[in-house]
Amino acid sequence: MIQATRRHVLTLTAGAVAAFAGGAIGIAPARADEEAFQAAIRDFTGGVEPQAGRVTLTLPDAVENGSSVPVSVAVESAMSDGDLVEEVAIFADGNPLPGVAAFAFTARSGVASAGTRIRLAQSQTVVAVARFADGSVFMDSRSVEVTVGGCAA
Amino acid sequence: MSSRPRVSVPATAASGDIIEIKALISHTMESGQRRDASGNRIPRKIINAFACTFNGEPVFSCAIEPAVAANPFLSFSARVTESGTFRFTWTDDDGSVFEAEEAIEVS
Repeated sequence: MIQATRRHVLTLTAGAVAAFAGGAIGIAPARADEEAFQAAIRDFTGGVEPQAGRVTLTLPDAVENGSSVPVSVAVESAMSDGDLVEEVAIFADGNPLPGVAAFAFTARSGVASAGTRIRLAQSQTVVAVARFADGSVFMDSRSVEVTVGGCAA
Repeated sequence: MSSRPRVSVPATAASGDIIEIKALISHTMESGQRRDASGNRIPRKIINAFACTFNGEPVFSCAIEPAVAANPFLSFSARVTESGTFRFTWTDDDGSVFEAEEAIEVS
């Protein structure tokens, strides 16, 4: 009997999903350890404790596919002498490596905002840390649910 | 494989305007985390840096890690006060540098 009944198809689909889930558990994506994540942030801040505020990190709450996730960051700053954002770095605590990208601004940037598209290996927290010319450091973080990780893709 | 840069810059602006710039380059951004069919790690090969200057002065740059998606896309801003040329460079792990230029008329 060749014709597949609806029940057969459903059974097969369920089996495939279970197999896939099992596989996913068997080969959990590599995750940077918490210490490496904190060390990467510390390297960037020079040990200065980040304050909350001034930084707005924008990325989706949930994505089906982690292979290309839009992320943008905007920092409140006059971007002139005395109130200048030098650099904003993005970190991810659930990727094989914690660093993602670091945006370097100048007064000619006009505003301290930038965006890109990133890979997320699994559900995790993404952090944006802004370092000002006066040495102060501000940060924002967002957690994102990822259905299918993007680093091995 | 790699390298067809595309940038979007407004053709004209008023002096003092803050304009948005978008830059994209075709590149696989091989992360160094993947393995081939025989289990060997595929070597990392990414665009690791991007820079934008205006009339030779730095505007914006970016250090890029393997966590940036294939065909890396960047958006950022610039304040323009004079006509001139934006110059964009992308640096590959293998040392190649890809370049693009866009002129803007500022009144």
